[in-house]
Amino acid sequence: MEAQFEALSELAKNGGSLSFTQDFFVKFYQAFLYSDRWLQYIEGVGTTILVTAIALVLGVVLGSVVALVRVAHDQQKPHHRNPVLGFVNVICQIYATVIRGTPMMVQLLIMSMVIFASSRNFTMVGALALGINSGAYVSEIIRGGLMAVDPGQMEAGRSLGLNYITTMVLIIIPQAIRSILPALGNEFIVLLKDTSLITVIGGKELLYAAQGIMNRTYEAMFPLLGVAAIYLVLVLLFSALLGKLERRMAQSDRR
Amino acid sequence: MIDVKNLQKHFGGLQVLRGVNLTIHKGDCVVLVGPSGCGKSTFLRCLNRLEEPDGGQVIFNGKEVNDKDIDRVRQKMGMVFQHFNLFPHLTVKKNITLAPVRLGLMSQAEADAKAMELLQRIGLAEKANAYPNMLSGGQKQRIAIVRALAMNPDVLLFDEPTSALDPEMVGEVLELMKELARGGMTMVCVTHEMGFAREVANRIIFIDEGVVKVDKPPKEFFENPENERLKAFLSKVL
Repeated sequence: MEAQFEALSELAKNGGSLSFTQDFFVKFYQAFLYSDRWLQYIEGVGTTILVTAIALVLGVVLGSVVALVRVAHDQQKPHHRNPVLGFVNVICQIYATVIRGTPMMVQLLIMSMVIFASSRNFTMVGALALGINSGAYVSEIIRGGLMAVDPGQMEAGRSLGLNYITTMVLIIIPQAIRSILPALGNEFIVLLKDTSLITVIGGKELLYAAQGIMNRTYEAMFPLLGVAAIYLVLVLLFSALLGKLERRMAQSDRR
Repeated sequence: MIDVKNLQKHFGGLQVLRGVNLTIHKGDCVVLVGPSGCGKSTFLRCLNRLEEPDGGQVIFNGKEVNDKDIDRVRQKMGMVFQHFNLFPHLTVKKNITLAPVRLGLMSQAEADAKAMELLQRIGLAEKANAYPNMLSGGQKQRIAIVRALAMNPDVLLFDEPTSALDPEMVGEVLELMKELARGGMTMVCVTHEMGFAREVANRIIFIDEGVVKVDKPPKEFFENPENERLKAFLSKVL
C-alpha cells in the first residue's frame, strides 16, 4: 500500500493525471496513514476527552457552589439577610452575567493572552477557561433544578426541626438531581464539542492535530471530515450512555 | 403551653393579623375557623415561624420563640400540611425515622421500632417500605401525621389537613385526629370540618379581620353565636 502511494504521488508531482479513485486513495493515505498520522488523531482524541473531563468537573463544582449560594441567598427571610452571603451572591451574579454575556472565543483569548500570558501549557489554560465558562451555565441548570422542588418539601423538613443545610442535603438536592441530570448531560455534550475552540490558543486537541496535518499536505477535506466524524462518534457514544443513565433514573421513579 | 401576644403579620400592604392574643393550654384541642383569607393558616404558620411575624410574641413552654432556637422549638411543635409534603424519594419508614435519627433523638433501631409501632396503630404497617406516590391521599396524610408524632411533640399544628383529600378519604384522617385528641394530645387545627370541630374541639376560635373574635366551647359556639360576623359565617358553612 505504501509503495502504491509513493508511486501515485510521484506520478501526480510530475504532472500526470490521476483517476478519481487514485486521487481519493492518495489524499486519504496522506491524511490518515502516511508516517503514522492516525496516531496524532488518537492523541488529539485523548486530549479532547481529558480537557472535557477537567472542564466538566470544574464546571460542575463551580456551578454547584454558585447555584447553592444564589438559592440560599434568595431563600433568606426578607428582614435579616446575611451580609456575607449577600456579598458572595453579588460576586456569583457578576460571574454568571459576565461569562454568559461574552463569547467563549473571547474568553479563551483573554485567558491565554492576558491572564496566563506567560504560560506555555495551552491545553490546561484552555481546560480552565472552558470549565469557568461551563460553570456559569451549569449553575443556572442546578439553580433551576433546586427551585423546581416543591417549596413544601423545605417547609416539611424545617418543621421537623432539621436545619437549612440538612434539609437541603437530605431532602431538596436528591429530588433536584432528577431534573438536573438530563440538562447537565446536554451541557456535557456542548462542552465536548467546544473543546475544539482551544485550537485557537494552541491547545493540542483533536482539531489541532487535523490542522497540523492540513498545513503539511495542503489538503483540507479528509482531515476535517475525519475530525467531524470522530466528534460525531464521541457525541453519539456519550448520548447513548446518558440515555442509559436516564432510563435507570426513570425506573427508580416509577417504583 | 403556647402564649400568643399581640401577633401581627402583613403581606405587602395587606395586614393579615392585627394583634392576635391567644393562650393554648396543655391538652387543648383548639380549632380555628373563619372566612377564607382571614389569616387562620398564617396564624398557625407564625407559631412555628414558617411565616415570620412582624410584631408580637409567641411564647412556647415559657420561652419566647425566635430565630435562634427555632429548630429546637420545631422538634416539639409538629406540623401537618394541607398537601402532606411527604418526601417522595424516601420510603414511608424513612420518612418517619429521618428527623428523629438525624437529630440524635433516637438510634435507627429505636426509630424503626417506633415507626412500626405507629404504623401498626394506623393499620399501615404493610406500607412501611412503600414510597409515598404509591399511597392514597388519606394514607399519605395519616403517614404525615405519624411522621410528626414520631418526634414526640408537645403540640401538633394541623393546617387544613383534609382540604386536599377526596371526600371518601376525609373520614379516616379525621378519625385519627379524634383518636389523638382523646389521647390528650395538644392540637391546634385549621379546618373547615365543622362536624370535627363540634365533636372533638374543646375550644373553637373564630378569627376575622385579623383578630380573635370569638373563643368558646363548641356547644356555645354553635348554639349561641352572638357575634354578627360569626352568625353570617355559620349560616354559610352549616
